[in-house]
Order: sequence, then C-alpha cells, then structure tokens
Amino acid sequence: MTETLHPELPLERSSALDPPAELGILRETQPISRLRYPDGHLGWLVANHALARAVLADNRFSNRSELMHTPVRVGGKAVPPPPAAKPGMFINMDGPAHSKYRKLLTGQFTVRRMNQLVPRVEQIVADHLKAMRAQGPGVDLVSAFALPVPSMVICELLGVPYEERDSFQRDSKTAFNLENDFDEVMAAFERIEAFVAELVRRKHGAPGDDMLTGLIESGELTDEEVTNMGLLLLIAGHETTANMLGIGTLTLLEHPEQLAALRADPSLVDNAVEELMRYLSIIQIGPTRIALEDLELGGAEIKAGDAVTISVPAANRDPNRFDRPEEFDIHRPATGHVGFGHGVHQCLGQQLARIEMRVAYRALFREFPDLRLAVPASEVPMRDQHAIYGVQSLPVEFT
Amino acid sequence: MRIEVDPDRCAGSGMCALTDPAVFDQDEVDGTVVLLDPTAVGHEREAREAAHLCPAGAIKVVE
Repeated sequence: MTETLHPELPLERSSALDPPAELGILRETQPISRLRYPDGHLGWLVANHALARAVLADNRFSNRSELMHTPVRVGGKAVPPPPAAKPGMFINMDGPAHSKYRKLLTGQFTVRRMNQLVPRVEQIVADHLKAMRAQGPGVDLVSAFALPVPSMVICELLGVPYEERDSFQRDSKTAFNLENDFDEVMAAFERIEAFVAELVRRKHGAPGDDMLTGLIESGELTDEEVTNMGLLLLIAGHETTANMLGIGTLTLLEHPEQLAALRADPSLVDNAVEELMRYLSIIQIGPTRIALEDLELGGAEIKAGDAVTISVPAANRDPNRFDRPEEFDIHRPATGHVGFGHGVHQCLGQQLARIEMRVAYRALFREFPDLRLAVPASEVPMRDQHAIYGVQSLPVEFT
Repeated sequence: MRIEVDPDRCAGSGMCALTDPAVFDQDEVDGTVVLLDPTAVGHEREAREAAHLCPAGAIKVVE
C-alpha cells in the first residue's frame, strides 16, 4: 500500500452541503491512511463505510479520554492530553464502566418512550412556528426554530428550567467553536458543569418528574456522576439536533423537487430524516478511537496507542454502501448510515433526535408552504470551524 | 431461520425496535432488546436488517 501523509484532517469544503473533496479521494484511493495529529502523534484516518463500522464495533479500540489524540486544532493549537473521564462522563469510558452508566439511561430513550413524546414535541414545534410567523419575513430560522425546539425538549426531559437556557446555549456554542482558545472552550464547559451541578443540588430539595430527579433517586449515583451525565445529555441533546434542523431546512430548500415530493407525501419524512443524516453527516470531526493492542485493519498495521479517526461524511458517501451517494434523494434506502455512529457508543438520544426532526420538518413545511431563503444560498454562513457542522443562521421569507 | 439476541451485549440504541417492532421490542427499565418473535416469520428481511444495523452485535440470525 502506498502511503501519503495527510498533514491535517481535511475540513475545507468547496460546496456547503458536500464534504471536503479530499475525503472522497482518500476513500477511493486509501480508505485507511496516515494522519498527522496536531499534537505530533502519527495516527490514521478511516474514510470508508465498512472500515468505519469495523472500528466503531471493535472493543480493541478505546474511547477513553486519557488515551485520546484530537485530530483538529482548537484556537490554532494542539489540544493538550485530556485527563481521564470524570465520574459519570460515560462517553469517554469503555466496557463495564461505560455500560453501567449508559444502562441507567437507555430505558428513558427507547423507541416507545420517544413515540409517546410526539404530542408534546408537536406542541413545542407549533408554538415556535407561530412565534416565527409573528416575527415576519427575514427571521432567522436558527434562533427562532432550529435551536429553541430541541433545547426546550431536552430541558423538559432533564428537568432544566428553560428560562435559564441563555447561559448554557451560549456556552455550548463557545465550547464547539474550534476558533476559540482552548482555555475559553474549557471555561465554557466548566460553566455548564457548574450550572448542572447547581441544578442537581436544587433537585434534592425540589424533585420533579424528570430525568435528573430520576437519576438522583436511583440511589446508585453520586451528585458528581448525575451532574456529568446531565451535562452530556444537555449538550448532546440540543447542539446536534439544532444543527440538523437548520442545515436540513437549507438542504430541502435547495432541492425543490425533493421538497415537493415530501410536501406531496408527508409520510416520506421518516426516510427523509435518514437521508438528511446520511447526506449531511454533521459530525465532521471524528469520532476518534485508540487501539488498545496491535492489530490489522484494511491492510494497515495499527499499533497499540495509535489514534484512528473516522470520517463520518466520507463513510456516509461511500458508493459501496449507497448508490449515487452524492445525490440527495429522500426516496433512497438510507438506513445503515453512521450519522449516529456505530458500536456501543452509538448515539443514546437518536430516537429522540428522529422524532424531533420528523415532527419539525413536517410542521415547518406544512405551516410555511412558500418558505424560501431571504438571502442567496451562497451567502448563508456555514459552521466550517465547528466540531458540529451546520448553518450559523438561516434568514427565511414567507407570505 | 431463527433469531438470537444477547441483552448483555445490547447498547439500547433501539435500532431493532425501529426496524421491526413486530419482532423486536425494548425493555421498559433498561431499554435492552426484547425478542418478540424468534422465528420472524414473514419478517425475515427486516430481521436480517436489524441484525446488520445493531451497533453492538447483539442480534444473530441463525439460518
């Protein structure tokens, strides 16, 4: 195998809705290639679907933070080696430590539980669409709709007072912006942590019918564990879906024939959501895993300690898995995408995200039959420098 | 064809219950896989799809 050294993970896009072209070339020529990490580590980049699935499902790869190398710079600098995961921050744990925490939550996010939530999500969506209409043409769809809907839903589930959203929304935005100084990013995370910790303290005296109270009352967790689990759900629960709603709306508006088909048959929305997840692949950096032992992967000799970064956008445009992968087609079978990841860390909240997106897109295009961009598509500011891709704002018009 | 599930391996992602709720369900308490119909008669294609999609390798199709 010929090896080319790729100095950095490609992030530069020539087209707003497509992954960096370099990733497609890598997928076809070198689906596993050497990648230089900003901290000097020489690891790997995986750029096709089969290898992405293989790595994410293989317990010889670790997600422990203290072993991690970060494939991008933050604030222009390499990220210093992270400490071990704090108690309860299970996304950065392996094996039984991870599953102990995850299993306390999975019962709350089942397909059935999430389906029961649909009427409440419909109400939240309807309220925000009404407010968006009242703001009138030129309104920013992100701040009026895409961000507040999933924020409010996760706040209600967790038991976070929604009126206190300003601070964590701002901090969460800061935390994922790669252009910010690392210290600034860490300070933002610490502020969210302090916010949730204070909330957990308050819940002891004023329990509610919510997930944080449920975790406290399980009797199995310390407050620190509950805080970190809550922090993880709060951030993951709004930042991701919010970006999918924003860029998903742009994508549908930019593909009028697809949008017309969806309007004509709203039952297509379930599949449209899967296709948007595949096509957009907004997790543009990682996941990254660390090999715990020497192993062979796609013809490459991986050594213990090597970092392997998966490109979700590259995997989800793999022609060996999806026909005509560059086409956005809401009719195609899009299941099997790795937009929610794969393996034991696969997105815990994916069934919640699915119902939020289904309800939101359906209602948005029903209530606003002539929704259109208020600026040329080329002028929509994109989140190139964020860990989670999307639109920064989306000015829209309607009558 | 017979389906086998391993709740100990299950990560509770719900992909199986989403793919075919006639064959798979999730435990009310911990969200792990519950097999409703081990034979999956008339649902063979969906059951195979669920096994393929399972992120944790907790579903096996024995032919």
